[in-house]
Amino acid sequence: MSDRAIEVTGLRKTYGDLEAVAAIDLTIDVGEVFALLGPNGAGKTTTVEILEGYRQRTAGEVSVLGFDPAGRARALRERVGIVLQSTGVDPYLTVRETVALNASYYPSPRDVDEVVELVGLAEKRDTRVLKLSGGQQRRLDVAIALAGDAELLFLDEPTTGFDPGARRNAWEIVRNLTALGKTVFLTTHYMDEAQYLADRVAVIAKGRIVAEGPPATLGDRHLAKSVIRFRKPPAGDLPPEIASMASKANDELELTVTDPTRVLHELTSWAVGRGVELEGLEVSRPTLEDVYLELTGGEAGAE
Amino acid sequence: MSDAGLLALQVRTTNKAFWRNPASAFFTFAFPLMFLVIFTALLGNGMVEVAPGVEIQQDNYYVAAMAAFAVITATYTNLAISIAFTRDVGILKRTRGTPLPAGIYLGGRVVHAILISILLVLITTAFGIAFYEAEAPTGVLLWELLATVVVGAMAFSALGLATTALVPNADAAPAVVNAIILPLLFLSGIFIPLGEDAPTWMKVIGDVFPVKHFAKAMLGSFYGPPFPFEWSDVLVVAVWGVAGLALAIRFFSWEPRK
Repeated sequence: MSDRAIEVTGLRKTYGDLEAVAAIDLTIDVGEVFALLGPNGAGKTTTVEILEGYRQRTAGEVSVLGFDPAGRARALRERVGIVLQSTGVDPYLTVRETVALNASYYPSPRDVDEVVELVGLAEKRDTRVLKLSGGQQRRLDVAIALAGDAELLFLDEPTTGFDPGARRNAWEIVRNLTALGKTVFLTTHYMDEAQYLADRVAVIAKGRIVAEGPPATLGDRHLAKSVIRFRKPPAGDLPPEIASMASKANDELELTVTDPTRVLHELTSWAVGRGVELEGLEVSRPTLEDVYLELTGGEAGAE
Repeated sequence: MSDAGLLALQVRTTNKAFWRNPASAFFTFAFPLMFLVIFTALLGNGMVEVAPGVEIQQDNYYVAAMAAFAVITATYTNLAISIAFTRDVGILKRTRGTPLPAGIYLGGRVVHAILISILLVLITTAFGIAFYEAEAPTGVLLWELLATVVVGAMAFSALGLATTALVPNADAAPAVVNAIILPLLFLSGIFIPLGEDAPTWMKVIGDVFPVKHFAKAMLGSFYGPPFPFEWSDVLVVAVWGVAGLALAIRFFSWEPRK
């Protein structure tokens, strides 16, 4: 038994002349939360649906829990839970009936009522799916994926369309899964979701992985320059070193530096010495979103 | 859960959902009886020549013909339309991602359709006995009728599954399905008995497709001699069923068609 949950080498998928996925390599360890981040049309869903066994690949090696998913072995599917992007359930069954039905497909399912409770649908347990709101149906999707107590979960944009409160709840559910030792393969186009949940993120654009790593260091974000901003003080000349680095936008001065601690110290010593208040002072580092926009060529928010 | 248990659960679940959609359940059950009343009232109480020199009461003809119609509606029409719907809303795709074998999922739908067919034949027969002086088949005839209903229901279910491959989306499903089955029902004498003077092309079409053979076997097993019941009719229906199954296996789609 290897401690790799998923191993992908040289994965390619073409539709006619269109190359949806171009030579992707991925490894996901058991117990890891992995996020595949990318704009729409980048190849996220194609990749995840190949791993789920829905699509046949054009080329490359794929191993999911030691199986080739293209073989669609029942023994593999018994160990995998899936939240697809858009799938329905029978509108005339109740929440509880739906979860119980799906749980029955797995060899050692979780307790049905516990799962219904976990996704916050306890009050709706005897309501027919027909009468659920969109967000409640999505939570039911998550409940269905959890019902089998599978060790590997694929979540394809699980919180799209959630209000902020429901997203927080969904995130807590995913966090709890990792506490249970589950492996989670997540696709998302929300930066904050990847940052909050994932141990490791890969950014995909035009069918290729353009960056991979923990959210904090993705795209060398931790090495990137910091930006110090403040409003131009009404009186006094800035120290020459700072004045020479500053660029001006309206009333605001901006310093792009690699050593923010030292520069900030110099700046604030000067200000305190003169009794000047630096209005609007802030230090910022590139957000994951900035990195992502740069990596994907500004296609974020295409949704 | 064992595979047999899973199949039983699928049948039960399909049944639950079926009755909770009263409009669909109502028409499945009401149509055959409604047509039985309408056609009998329209075409009177004359005699129908069903084979050279063999005549039966028109209303009795319609009891068996509408029982055949009920089986075709409950299997072919209902399965093709409802599976196109479950495909469009993604139920099929989701099920495909679970460990449930495809055969058990679709098997549950088919077994349910067959059970509904048997129930419909019982209801139509009871209605015929109560209002049209029909006689319930007994003895060997009963077994012939049961075999005909079960083989017919299985065959028309398989053909219904195959037909979903021709349906582009759920909205188009009723149109596609009816465009196929309605002309055949007319050309096979289900609604209006085909006399010996029917055009040759009509007889040929009836002989090629399974609907007329199924109706003949239903009539034969309903009334018995001198009305001919021929196992060859049941065999033709079964061959169409096997062909339908092969086409369904080859062309069935679990995801909405783009």
